[in-house]
Amino acid sequence: MACFLVPTTEAIVTSIVKKGVEAKSDPAAEAKLAESGKFSWKTKLSWLTGMLWGGAALLCLEHIWHGEVVLYPPFLTAMNDPADTVIMLQEMSTVGVGMAVFVTLAWVVMVLIADHAPAIRKALQAGKSAEERA
Amino acid sequence: MTLIITAIAAIICVAIRFLKPEFAQQYHIGALALMYAGAALMWCVDGFACLAEGEPFVELADTAAMADDALLGLCVVVLGLVIWGIILLVKKNSRAKAAA
Repeated sequence: MACFLVPTTEAIVTSIVKKGVEAKSDPAAEAKLAESGKFSWKTKLSWLTGMLWGGAALLCLEHIWHGEVVLYPPFLTAMNDPADTVIMLQEMSTVGVGMAVFVTLAWVVMVLIADHAPAIRKALQAGKSAEERA
Repeated sequence: MTLIITAIAAIICVAIRFLKPEFAQQYHIGALALMYAGAALMWCVDGFACLAEGEPFVELADTAAMADDALLGLCVVVLGLVIWGIILLVKKNSRAKAAA
């Protein structure tokens, strides 16, 4: 019941932060980072906003499919009944927040892997050439 | 079933992203992969919430519900492709404007 609204809110906040980072970014520094196989914070934030907005849009379709969201006011069918509204808010605070946290955690893992990717690639190449020599 | 179909779509997009990097960069396959991955992760949380309430993680016993979920999964994949198509059009137009 409208649990996708919590990741949508996080997507809005993250998009605003990303705009701020873009405004302060230096294209020359970003080009240097790209050459060394690293990623700028603008790129890393675009992964998070992509997952949040994309996930929210696709989950919105699921909620429309199940009749929990309609395309006219009040848009959320649970708002028609106070008892359903309480359940909806409970779901948003548990499942909705859980969704936002889980996607953010997955993004943190992606960022950690991306930051260490050049070192991992070097280690794999060194391992391969040692194998070929042996 | 929706989770399974979306997760498969995400895995295919990620595979294309890493196996054909030039093609993936030209056609923004990364954006498509992120959409499906985000949705799959969110549905995972939904599945865990169902488990906590004593329901199955993925509904496989009820054939009618499973078929409905599968159809929803296909519609979700189509919607993802539509959004990706719009992204490609917008990027193409902005590149044309920047060149002009």
